[in-house]
Amino acid sequence: MKIDPIHQFNIEPLFTLGHIGNHTIAFTNSSLYMFIAVLLIALLMLASGRELIPGRLQSVAEISYEFVASTIRGNAGAEGMKFFPLIFSIFMFLCVSNLVGIIPYTFTIASHLIVTAALALLVFFTVLIYGLYKNGLKFFKIFVPSGVPLYILPLVIFIEVLSFFLRPVSHSVRLFANMLAGHIALKVFAGFVAMLGFSLGALGWVGGVMPLALTVALYALELLVAFLQAYVFAILTVIYLNDAIHPGH
Amino acid sequence: MAESHGEAKGQKADAHTEAEGGHHGGAFPPFDSSNYASQLVSLAIAFVALYLIVSRIALPRVGGTIDARQNKIEGDLAEAQKLKDESDAALKAYETELANARSRAQAIGNETREKLNAASDAERKTLEETLAVKLADAEKQIATTRTNAMSNVRGIAADAAGAIVQQLSGLTPDANAVNSAVDASLKG
Repeated sequence: MKIDPIHQFNIEPLFTLGHIGNHTIAFTNSSLYMFIAVLLIALLMLASGRELIPGRLQSVAEISYEFVASTIRGNAGAEGMKFFPLIFSIFMFLCVSNLVGIIPYTFTIASHLIVTAALALLVFFTVLIYGLYKNGLKFFKIFVPSGVPLYILPLVIFIEVLSFFLRPVSHSVRLFANMLAGHIALKVFAGFVAMLGFSLGALGWVGGVMPLALTVALYALELLVAFLQAYVFAILTVIYLNDAIHPGH
Repeated sequence: MAESHGEAKGQKADAHTEAEGGHHGGAFPPFDSSNYASQLVSLAIAFVALYLIVSRIALPRVGGTIDARQNKIEGDLAEAQKLKDESDAALKAYETELANARSRAQAIGNETREKLNAASDAERKTLEETLAVKLADAEKQIATTRTNAMSNVRGIAADAAGAIVQQLSGLTPDANAVNSAVDASLKG
């Protein structure tokens, strides 16, 4: 039996939507799971009741709302609430798609760098454009930390500029690599169970207990990572947006 | 370019996809650039749809529910505070009213007692005065009576002395002499 831990990341076109230049635009399994995530979020946020005393589903919707709102207020202040819909969308999109993604046989959207990079660039350009629009040239104060001696200022500015432009890279790769590596590790350990069972017979089934236990443990870890990486992506978005709102730290 | 072209053909004919599969299978899916356009387009559509749903409907809805609850709780707390204040005020009013009533009752009691005292004092005084007047009258009457009695005694004594002298001597004594003799003896 062949174990292919990469197979789960394959993009399978389901039907073709059209062409842009030489590119074929297809509705793929990735697209399907994107829309599943959107649908689930819409269901959660819209189908839950509006009772004074919330039920379970309504509590989840309200806790998500309060969670994202308090994260923004805590890190970017009340002005950050301007970006509440954006950050809420990013967080819920990633959180729901990651959680759906760890169900066996499903597809994880964030395991593709192009998706995380697109979201990271969306954040990057939002920060850049809003920062320049709101603060004008004062926005560049984020590159000049206060209280730095003049003789090392050029070096500091160089590092700050570099780190600013590398933000989308770290922002996107962190999420992508976490999801990719987690899913590969899960698949490899789960594959060991089957491989031992098929190749060594009864002894193999006994020996498979160890990797099975590891798979269960890893699965729990991945559940945490799925939520945590969505949260990390969202909170970094808030912190970057805070730069645009309040430059000059 | 060639790759994406191959992909396009592959989607049209399944057999072709299998044939191209070998060529494709080498690429690690996340770094296979032929998929990028499809993913970006669906991501853009899905994310814009999500953003519109979230910003136009979902967040105002959930936020409205939370705000309504918050307002309701604050309103209820304010109402409870108001009612508590009212009951406190009522209690205070009751206590002041009670204290007033008590002091008024005391005042009325004092006043009544003083009035009664004054009335009884006055009555006693008038009674005493009447009694004093009556006493004085009585004393005066006693004095007159005694004076009268004393003057009568003198007359009787004079008469008796005259009669005795007449009986003894057979002479009618001079009235003046008798009288002066009686007076002298009364004095003696």
